[in-house]
Amino acid sequence: MEHYHMNLTLKVWKQKNKNDKGRFETYEVKNISSEMSFLEMFDVLNEQLIAEGKEPIAFDHDCREGICGACSMYINGRAHGPWHHTTTCQLHMREYKDGDTIVVEPFRANAFPVIKDLVVDRTAFDRIIQAGGYISVNTGNAVDANAIPIDKHNADEAFAAAACIGCGACVAACPNASAMLFTSAKVSHLALLPQGEPERTTRVADMIRQHDKEGFGGCTNIGACEAECPKGISLENIARLNREYMAATFRGGSKNSI
Amino acid sequence: MSWKSYFSTSVGKKLQMSLTGIFLITFLVVHAYINAQIFWNDGGEEFGHLAHFMGTNPVIRTIEIGLFAFLLLHVIQGLVLWARNVGSRKSRYAVSKRNETSRWYSRSMGLLGTLILLFLILHISMFWAPNRASQTIGNGELDLYGMMRDEFQNPVIVVIYVLGCISLAWHLVHGFYSAFQTLGLTTNRYKGAIKAVGVGFSIIVPLIFALMPIAFYLQWIQ
Repeated sequence: MEHYHMNLTLKVWKQKNKNDKGRFETYEVKNISSEMSFLEMFDVLNEQLIAEGKEPIAFDHDCREGICGACSMYINGRAHGPWHHTTTCQLHMREYKDGDTIVVEPFRANAFPVIKDLVVDRTAFDRIIQAGGYISVNTGNAVDANAIPIDKHNADEAFAAAACIGCGACVAACPNASAMLFTSAKVSHLALLPQGEPERTTRVADMIRQHDKEGFGGCTNIGACEAECPKGISLENIARLNREYMAATFRGGSKNSI
Repeated sequence: MSWKSYFSTSVGKKLQMSLTGIFLITFLVVHAYINAQIFWNDGGEEFGHLAHFMGTNPVIRTIEIGLFAFLLLHVIQGLVLWARNVGSRKSRYAVSKRNETSRWYSRSMGLLGTLILLFLILHISMFWAPNRASQTIGNGELDLYGMMRDEFQNPVIVVIYVLGCISLAWHLVHGFYSAFQTLGLTTNRYKGAIKAVGVGFSIIVPLIFALMPIAFYLQWIQ
């Protein structure tokens, strides 16, 4: 693909802190290479702002290779921008042409309060994991990795679910701001493996309860989460979560039994 | 965990929507089958037999109470979930390209459901309510076939009925599949089949219903 340069207009959400109302600020960036990533374009903008003595824009990022789940941003009406199966750091500027205007907002959900500008607090996800997204392993020597035979199909399904990087795009994209795709991926990858068996009945109920408590909306099977997920987590995981939840209730398990 | 606590979470509430929805879907099949008897064009004779059975059989009358209870539960839980879901994002996106990631009807179940409910209030007050009222005061069953023939001479009523059926069709396109997804039955193996049957159902059943007022209005049946 041909390499080119572009000038862009950016409308970026600026918000001092959780309690600030927030507003859009308009910025011009010049001479952006089509080979830059979206975050590198933001680096250029921030360097420009620092040089002008202004405050740079706060945004989340870490690995910049699409596997950590730190970056977010709602770009022109899409979580992680318009590309399929892509995080913001892997979105490249060849998507845009000279003179384009790009609107960048934070992921919006009551359960994801804005910390500053484009950075949102996603620790609600950590608390869902703490509620049940773990397995019990006794201390001692590490067990041989292949000691327990696992059905190939289940291993593949578990791995596909475990690919969830917890970025929160499912919440950002969901019209209900539901985190059911995330929760179902975390329930699924443990429910499919023998190592997840001991907590199987308590895990799903406790994680759903925590999900609701965090203020996420409910799932109405719309499917925007699956369409927007950078890791291609399937809605089949939500079907599995529903089955697990029903089965757990039949067995009557929950550590917070009421 | 108790069943009470099970049904109180968002997933449990969704399961109530699913189960009551499937019950309402089976009701639609029975209702469409019986009313389609008018298409024999026999002056309502076959339809009259079945309507008499449905209106007087004690088992059916008991299920009828369940039908209203489930409909009410479906409406109430739907509104509860809608309020929670709308409220879970207080600050709105300035730009949101939702049509690129989901379908309008799947996001509009509350609106479509409300339209169906408004239609149902009209529909029930036109046929079911006067018929049962007449039975209760000892005047016997009304001539439902004759009532349909008379009511559907009014083009406004015909248009309202067709619009009600269109709302139902879109509600079902998402609702049918969604009910089975909630039950956890839409594994990759069956998802395609469930979606296809759902779309077929959503077209055929509302079409049968919509053809009734149209057929009377255009005098295809007398």
